[in-house]
Amino acid sequence: MADGSASRQRLLFALLLAPALLWLVGLIVLPHLELGVLSLRARVAPRVYEASLAQFRTFFEEPLYWRTFVRTAVMSVLATACTLVLAFPIAWTIAKIARGHARSAMFVMCLIPFWVSETVRTLGWMILLRESGVVPALLVSTGLAQTPPELLYHDATILVGLVYTSLLFMVVPLIGALDTLDDALIEAAYDLGGSGLDILRRIIIPHAAPGITAGCIVVFMLTLGNYLTPTLLGGKDSLWFTEQIYTQFITRFNWEQGAAFGFLLLALSTAIVWAGLRIAGQRFGEVMRRT
Amino acid sequence: MIPSLPRTTAWRTAPWLYAAAFFAFLFLPLAVVAVFAFNDAPYPAPPWRGFTLMWFGKLARDAALLHSLWTSTLVAAWVTLLSVAVGTANAFLLERTQFRGKALLSLTMLAPLVIPGVILGISILAFASRIAQFADDVFGWELDVLRPGLPLVVLGQFSYIVAIATLTISARLKRFDATLEEAAYNLGASRGAVLWTITLPYLRPALIGAAVISFLMSFENFNTTLMLVGADAPLTVLMYGRMREGASPVLNAVSLFLMLASALLAIGLMRRGGSRPA
Repeated sequence: MADGSASRQRLLFALLLAPALLWLVGLIVLPHLELGVLSLRARVAPRVYEASLAQFRTFFEEPLYWRTFVRTAVMSVLATACTLVLAFPIAWTIAKIARGHARSAMFVMCLIPFWVSETVRTLGWMILLRESGVVPALLVSTGLAQTPPELLYHDATILVGLVYTSLLFMVVPLIGALDTLDDALIEAAYDLGGSGLDILRRIIIPHAAPGITAGCIVVFMLTLGNYLTPTLLGGKDSLWFTEQIYTQFITRFNWEQGAAFGFLLLALSTAIVWAGLRIAGQRFGEVMRRT
Repeated sequence: MIPSLPRTTAWRTAPWLYAAAFFAFLFLPLAVVAVFAFNDAPYPAPPWRGFTLMWFGKLARDAALLHSLWTSTLVAAWVTLLSVAVGTANAFLLERTQFRGKALLSLTMLAPLVIPGVILGISILAFASRIAQFADDVFGWELDVLRPGLPLVVLGQFSYIVAIATLTISARLKRFDATLEEAAYNLGASRGAVLWTITLPYLRPALIGAAVISFLMSFENFNTTLMLVGADAPLTVLMYGRMREGASPVLNAVSLFLMLASALLAIGLMRRGGSRPA
């Protein structure tokens, strides 16, 4: 009897473990190994390959590629910073100032736009900003511009789109972090003569650091990996690195080069996540559970 | 600053002014998409030329768009089914069993959330193609399932959506009062009966929440899908293609339809008092 129940326990455990392993090994670990192998080989003859760093050499020798890479990284950092600055006041208002119905209504209002697909939201920005769009028409009719300016296809436009797409992922962890800050601490700091800036710098930001880190990591990652917003809102010259991966993989069918680009993007994304966690002294698991 | 501190009038009103501006920014793009679905002009652009429902009629006759809507629904249904099923198994694995390497496994389960979607897409594409090549070389099988197409799209989306389902479901299972199950066992219930009458009903809100989130995330997914898509394009990929070519208010009409559908889903979920989305 005891043996029977022990073997049934083992069977049950195996049944629970199997889907997890199939998922993680079959869809995550092995595909990434495959990507690694692809990125490190070169075709010497039809169906004959040898180990090579050619793809990575191409990346560093071709200015278009590494410039796009650096550009994508810099724009993502900028977008993350802007998102933090825009999201903080609203998170503060929701967590500390609004009460009761206003509070829950504002929280839900933050969520609603993100239930709608990014494609739809980007379509909205295109209708607003294109030369024949709503904002240029308003600028002309109010006399601020003589002819309708083209507001699409600028870097600033991409930034607006990226920040817009990212706001929710910053607001939610910030609210979570600010919610747990005891008002008494702020009152005490005020009574002790701390100025607004002192309180922000020495009480609020240290307390909210986990939320800020979590938000920044998620936003940076999503921005770096974004495809829709930069390609639709940006012009011909505003290349995004995910676009390069797509071009190599799908358009040119150069999987080796595409895999190398994919690995570089993954490395950058992982490095920033890791650095962010190190700076804030946090563990990956905790941060992901927060968001 | 907080309300309990003395504040000047400016400091008292500033947060509300900012909130108003913030929400205007948030809803502006959605509002223009909705408004221009009703404009009687060939392009979704000002000026306003009068109200029409013509674009909804055009949408009803746009076979490609309707087909892509159906494709998206089909893909999302599969992804939801797989994600909730595997997510539930994962939750039980993480919360109810002890084994060596569990910490590593639970950390690995979060990894898909920090891998850019494009990379999930290309890595699965490359790996599937290697297996297909292998099957062809060794056994002479033609495995079309592993070529770009809907089965791969489902797998690609599943690969990270299941991580979210796992988090949602195990968060609720963690709070479960195990004495309820013990009581049922003491009363002579079988393992199956306890699971079916005690544990799963308790998990229901989380299961529904995970299902809704999985469905929406699948329906909206673009990055992973773009890399794995074959001849049958889901809605987001088709819309992207058309947005690059130019604009037609038919896209506004279908977008409005999507907004209403996701609003209904969201309201339904919140009414149930299930787990908070996101």
